[in-house]
Amino acid sequence: MQRIGVFVCHCGTNIAGTVDVKAVAEALKNEPGVVFSTDYQYMCSQSGQNMIKEAVAEHRLTGIVVCSCSPRMHEATFRKTAQAAGLNPYMVEIANIREQCSWVHKDMPIGTEKAVILAKAAVAKVNLNAPLTPGESPVTKRALVIGGGIAGIQTALDIADAGFPVDIVETKPTIGGKMAQLDKTFPTLDCAACILTPKMVDVAQNEKIRIFSYSEVTDVKGFVGNFDVTIKRKARYVKEDVCTGCGLCTEKCPQKNVPNEFNLGMDNRRAIYIPFAQAVPKVATIDPNYCTMLKTGKCGVCSKVCTAGAIDYSAKDEYIEERYGAIVAATGFNPISMEKFDEFAYSQSKDVITSLELERLMNAAGPTGGTLLRPSDGEHPHTIVFVQCVGSRCAACEQKGKEYCSKICCMYTAKHAMLIRDKYPDTDVYVFYIDVRTPGKNFDEFYRRAVEEYGVHYIKGMVGKVSPEGGKLKVQASDLIYGKQLHIDADLVVLAAAIEPDKSARGLATMLTASMDTNDFFTEAHPKLRPVESPTAGVFLSGTCQGPKDIPETVAQAGAAASKVIGLLAKDKLLGNPCVAHSDEMMCNGCSTCEKVCPYGAITYQDKEFRMPDRTTKVRRIAVVNEAVCQGCGACTVACMSGAMDLRGFSSKQIMAEVDAICK
Amino acid sequence: MQVNEYKPLIVAFCCNWCSYAGADLAGNNRLNYPADVKIIRVPCSCRVNPMFILRAFQRGADGVIICGCHPGDCHYTSGNYYTRRRMALLFSMLDYLGIERERTRVEWVSAAEGAKFAATMKDFAEKVASLGENKRLEDLRCKK
Repeated sequence: MQRIGVFVCHCGTNIAGTVDVKAVAEALKNEPGVVFSTDYQYMCSQSGQNMIKEAVAEHRLTGIVVCSCSPRMHEATFRKTAQAAGLNPYMVEIANIREQCSWVHKDMPIGTEKAVILAKAAVAKVNLNAPLTPGESPVTKRALVIGGGIAGIQTALDIADAGFPVDIVETKPTIGGKMAQLDKTFPTLDCAACILTPKMVDVAQNEKIRIFSYSEVTDVKGFVGNFDVTIKRKARYVKEDVCTGCGLCTEKCPQKNVPNEFNLGMDNRRAIYIPFAQAVPKVATIDPNYCTMLKTGKCGVCSKVCTAGAIDYSAKDEYIEERYGAIVAATGFNPISMEKFDEFAYSQSKDVITSLELERLMNAAGPTGGTLLRPSDGEHPHTIVFVQCVGSRCAACEQKGKEYCSKICCMYTAKHAMLIRDKYPDTDVYVFYIDVRTPGKNFDEFYRRAVEEYGVHYIKGMVGKVSPEGGKLKVQASDLIYGKQLHIDADLVVLAAAIEPDKSARGLATMLTASMDTNDFFTEAHPKLRPVESPTAGVFLSGTCQGPKDIPETVAQAGAAASKVIGLLAKDKLLGNPCVAHSDEMMCNGCSTCEKVCPYGAITYQDKEFRMPDRTTKVRRIAVVNEAVCQGCGACTVACMSGAMDLRGFSSKQIMAEVDAICK
Repeated sequence: MQVNEYKPLIVAFCCNWCSYAGADLAGNNRLNYPADVKIIRVPCSCRVNPMFILRAFQRGADGVIICGCHPGDCHYTSGNYYTRRRMALLFSMLDYLGIERERTRVEWVSAAEGAKFAATMKDFAEKVASLGENKRLEDLRCKK
């Protein structure tokens, strides 16, 4: 029989406000197995924990029930307390009387009644708890970073700096991500390429970092410490180790009409291309959708001009398998499609562009060489209208946009407006906004400069319609402060498109069994206290795949994710989860049903000799669980027809006892 | 008046990774739902043995709901698919035994869907309450 102590937490007034904690402690005194029951202001505080330790010693407790917040919050805390008091940490159960009770039920008698029932269920479970010891597993001291934008680059550099090998997997032919496409960065106006490309070179030169560019993760197996990852290296038809990046082939290729995705389709590239001058790795790639040689077997110009002999038309996709201790998701973002926003005439006029397209139009390496020209006629625009929040903060237009604020648009629009007024003072710049949001170091000062120093016209109100008419764009908008309608003849309209997670994130989350929110951003393990970890152990989050962020925040988060990875890789052994399946060999009939449902292949069969009552021996096939591989889902326990399979920590008897306690 | 005072007893099995966290989020956001719902934490919805559900109905539960991760999002890759198939079978059997379909349910609630959790529980509790007490499977030997 257990000797159980029940500890009811007030959590200030969080619990005590709607649950009569003293009554709960009193009601539990007569439960079977309970020898001590008390309540305290803050059970998780130092003195609360000491109280538990003292009670364990004084009442010779063998089990503990803490009625407090969610076990997802403080289960680990109280397990440590139990361990410090000399108990097995798995002799602790939490009754969640805060999230499931006091916070959702306003009525004191109802809340108290439910809290008592939840506590009784926990007591019933602890009565059947057994001490558990976690197994150990080794850690593969190599990290995988998925995504080679500034987030992935920074994470990889920081991990490599600590001495651990890192691989970066990037789907594009080069690392660099969105930041490589930007012209200047707010609020300092320093050039994006000037601060990014040295980092890209660092990555290329770092011995600890391998770059798998033009590659994708296609499969992830295993768990924290030992993930087995399959990486697809797409055929680039150019030998990476032979190509010198001279670029001669990209000049001679006769296929000239391929939309250049790096410049967002605003100019053309060849079928063999290097995305931009500072690409890392600086290696050409053949686009199989446009290459005449690959499509018809006739051409071969690039092969002829390549003095290094790097072209290989017979290349095939390759799959490599690697083992990693930790995985960092850094898949980044994309602006949402503007197709559904017909009111802004994005698909009707070339002169309605997104902010990222403007970024390329203003970049010295962009399609216009850095001169701001209208895409339709190459003329200098004299009146430019910026529209904020296109698809952001758009709760009403659910099918079109996003509910959330994309966070970066207010600042980059101020930057664009300022740069345009600086370079072309004869240009009129209007910005239509719902709110200008500038929380951040030197952000508001930056925005004030755009308004006061550069004379940008900020107008609170939304643009209703943009209609192309006679070479101009008629902009109809409302000015909410003066309460009047405005009509502006603009030359260029720039839409601050909302940003959304990259499409690849969804598939990746499924492979990693990492959770996502309703917008497909990765969910963090705790929104405040564990912001760079996924709830799935060994998976970390870096950059905008977790939520909209600007560059400084992304870099900060990337460093934080790296430090978490380093903390993991620095360990030689990981303590596993002891709540794993085990089979009762006397009951198992070797039917192999459990083996079929196990998602981890943790169950194998072996022949074992059993001594029979008549002293003869008999060999039977029985299931054996590999505890290092089992993750403890419990699928096998239900599939098992003979009832031999059970799950430690969540045994059938324990759950039945909880059901009984609740239904009493 | 008696109908209004009747409080159903509802057992909710929630998977640790999605729905239990969804319930926590509902708590964090102070989203009210009926106190008749009592949650049991399981590592995965596929840990819920049909025996647990039968036991709950035998002991006088009026409704049982199982919540797991959305299809494709299972923390253990495929557990919720097992749940979906097992429960489809079990529920049709229970229906045959006289436990109305409305008393049993499988729902997918993610860790980010606190509002969905509260709304689901509210809806389920209302449906079960409208059916009244579950008598068909109550094990008389359990009565004192």
